[in-house]
Amino acid sequence: MNAQSWIQLIVFSGVLVACVKPLGWYMSRVFQGQPCGLDRILSPLENVLLRIAGVRPDSEMSWKKYAVAAMLFNVVGFAAVYAILRLQHMLPLNPQAFPANSPDSAFNTAVSFATNTNWQGYGGEATMSYLSQMLALSVQNFVSAATGIAVLVALIRGLTRRCSDTIGNCWVDLTRSTIYVLLPLSAVLALGLVSQGVVQNFKPYRSAELVQSATFDEPSTGADGNIVTQKKTVTEQQLPMGPVASQVAIKQLGTNGGGYFNVNSAHPYENPTPLSNLLEVLAILIIPAALCWTFGDMVGDRRQGWAILAAMLVIFIPLMIGVVAAEQSGVPAFTQLGADQIASDTQSGGNMEGKEVRFGIVNSGIWAAATTAASNGSVNSMHDSYTPLGGLVPMWLMQLGEVVFGGVGSGLYGMLMFAIVAVFIAGLMVGRTPEYLGKKIEAFEMKMASLVILIPPVVVLIGTAIAIVGPGLTYMAGEEVKGNLNNSGAHGYSEVLYAFTSAGNNNGSAFAGLTANEPFYNSALGIAMWLSRYWLLIPVLAIAGSLARKKYTPPGAGTLPTHNALFVVLLVGAVVLVGALTFVPALALGPIVEHLQMVAM
Amino acid sequence: MNDLLRPCLALFGLLTLLTGVAYPALITVVAQVAFSHQANGSVIEIDGKAMGSDLIGQFFDEPGYFWGRPSATGPVGYNSAASTGSNLGPTNPALHDAIRTRVESIRAAHPGQSDSVPVDLVTASGSGLDPHISPAAAEYQVARVAKARGLSEEAVRKVVSEHTEGRTLGILGEPRVNVLKLNLALKAGVK
Repeated sequence: MNAQSWIQLIVFSGVLVACVKPLGWYMSRVFQGQPCGLDRILSPLENVLLRIAGVRPDSEMSWKKYAVAAMLFNVVGFAAVYAILRLQHMLPLNPQAFPANSPDSAFNTAVSFATNTNWQGYGGEATMSYLSQMLALSVQNFVSAATGIAVLVALIRGLTRRCSDTIGNCWVDLTRSTIYVLLPLSAVLALGLVSQGVVQNFKPYRSAELVQSATFDEPSTGADGNIVTQKKTVTEQQLPMGPVASQVAIKQLGTNGGGYFNVNSAHPYENPTPLSNLLEVLAILIIPAALCWTFGDMVGDRRQGWAILAAMLVIFIPLMIGVVAAEQSGVPAFTQLGADQIASDTQSGGNMEGKEVRFGIVNSGIWAAATTAASNGSVNSMHDSYTPLGGLVPMWLMQLGEVVFGGVGSGLYGMLMFAIVAVFIAGLMVGRTPEYLGKKIEAFEMKMASLVILIPPVVVLIGTAIAIVGPGLTYMAGEEVKGNLNNSGAHGYSEVLYAFTSAGNNNGSAFAGLTANEPFYNSALGIAMWLSRYWLLIPVLAIAGSLARKKYTPPGAGTLPTHNALFVVLLVGAVVLVGALTFVPALALGPIVEHLQMVAM
Repeated sequence: MNDLLRPCLALFGLLTLLTGVAYPALITVVAQVAFSHQANGSVIEIDGKAMGSDLIGQFFDEPGYFWGRPSATGPVGYNSAASTGSNLGPTNPALHDAIRTRVESIRAAHPGQSDSVPVDLVTASGSGLDPHISPAAAEYQVARVAKARGLSEEAVRKVVSEHTEGRTLGILGEPRVNVLKLNLALKAGVK
């Protein structure tokens, strides 16, 4: 790694941390109903929406009612997406005349977008009409992200309220998250991206003449049933169009990650320049990072928020550097074959398979770490072609449970579950009932927090096991690759593990060589996404309700302070230990074996 | 339950109109007014005809043009209606065979150049549509293009440097050469 790489790493991290306080302050004002600057324009809109919906903003909900409301809202969203995708051939704004999605693909996509995962079994530019992209997918990008933020805000209320039966109003939280936070940020980002070259229109695909015609061999089945190749000449290309920028902005900000095009933000129309790349990769982490500050402010002790953010950064930054270093060192076999992978002033060098020249190694590596630390899942390079260790890091960042930044809202509520576990372990050491922010942590909270922490690994490991022994895999060993895998051996296994890791933690990125748009994977991954989203959301709200009912316990001599370096170490330890102990055996069979194979070649 | 159903359906409908209709429509209007060239695909028009886009690569294999990166799109490289990477893993024999073949054909086309070929010239891009190559990959091809076009290497190098972009603000991204724009300049004729 040269000086340029380090400078770009520092610029990215620095800008990210600089955004935390202003955005965190803004969101704190929004969720406490205080003036925030934009309320003059937006509060009339909010009032109109809530009045038409028949919501009284001051009517509060118990945790159970809040959970039912959030689930119901997501079920309606799921049904709407499924219906639009199945009927897209009959709906307007479909200039390329795409047919309806198949039932299993529509099911998978609907679960995927409703759960904020945005796993994509389909290739957008070849399957989705403009109407489906906007009305089905963009809408879920907003409301699934808003659901995450709403649940987080409810949990924070649980921590701050005393002897209360209610934790807020779900409809108000959803509406405020959407119109105060996600919409304004998306609008600004979308226009910034258009200025860089991201397309935004409703025109049909445009054909352009090729400067040099291209001749290639097209295989076809001849009259006698044998494959024959024919010379074919191409003289033009179809430039894809559509409302891309508006979709890309929210897919980044809402930690959704579902690309407009098949290759997501590696596509030049989705991410054309280094500047658009910086904006997009910042957008992945900016809300989850700023929510830490919002949390600190809302619980009345900003150091609590900084401590959580510090724990996230302590895990994130070394792993980000690790990906860049692994990719920069390249693949030994490429050098033996005659490729020059050494970085210089005139090339980025390194493992460039699946990467774009304008991003090079360092911006691809930063993105890979950011998109998997957050539960975003968008990509600007193909993770499947990463070096084994470069691919291990994104996989493990997801396996940590998407709590290092994680999804908007969901990442922080996941991290707060680990905070509860950390104070509990510390409490065991000194033999007294643990507290967090003045609330006693008792058996019920521990049971719920354990559920939240254990469900994703169970889903990931059992799902992978079923796929490996069963229907998801036709053939894995040997030279020839058959079935759903693009790669054989250890790497083929990594593709399956990555798929279930991604779905089971609501990330959505992929080792895209796995052909997952078929009934087994569409269904299995759909179920994995569903389990991991809602079976986490309900226990978190249960904790919120239980904490809200408790009275405040003032800190005593035996209380563990949760805003200092010791607590950061404990929290990092809890996250890393659970993640490592659960997944090292699974990782050893995939990326680690492959790394040993690679260096032995 | 009933007291949840109405707000749920009404809010979902309203937020759908707001985020799925009003928001993209508003962004489209502003984008079309303020950034019409970019919002419509940064299309290069010559005599009213679309000749490609600033941002989307095209396939070149004639000796008089600079060649771009290998592309994994099917059935032909740089198929801009179906973006994809190869998704081949680093230990996959198929990837090694592909790189071996590319290195051999690049070496054969560039006698007199060094044996080690810039990595971006022999590895497939992520999108299959990468419009750029590294300055090292352009320099590797200068002698061949100059010979095919009957130009001096200095003249070709000058056009290359005119189409080389540095890092944004000196910091972001990587130095790069836009292959399509470079080749269009060569096609238009070098003075």
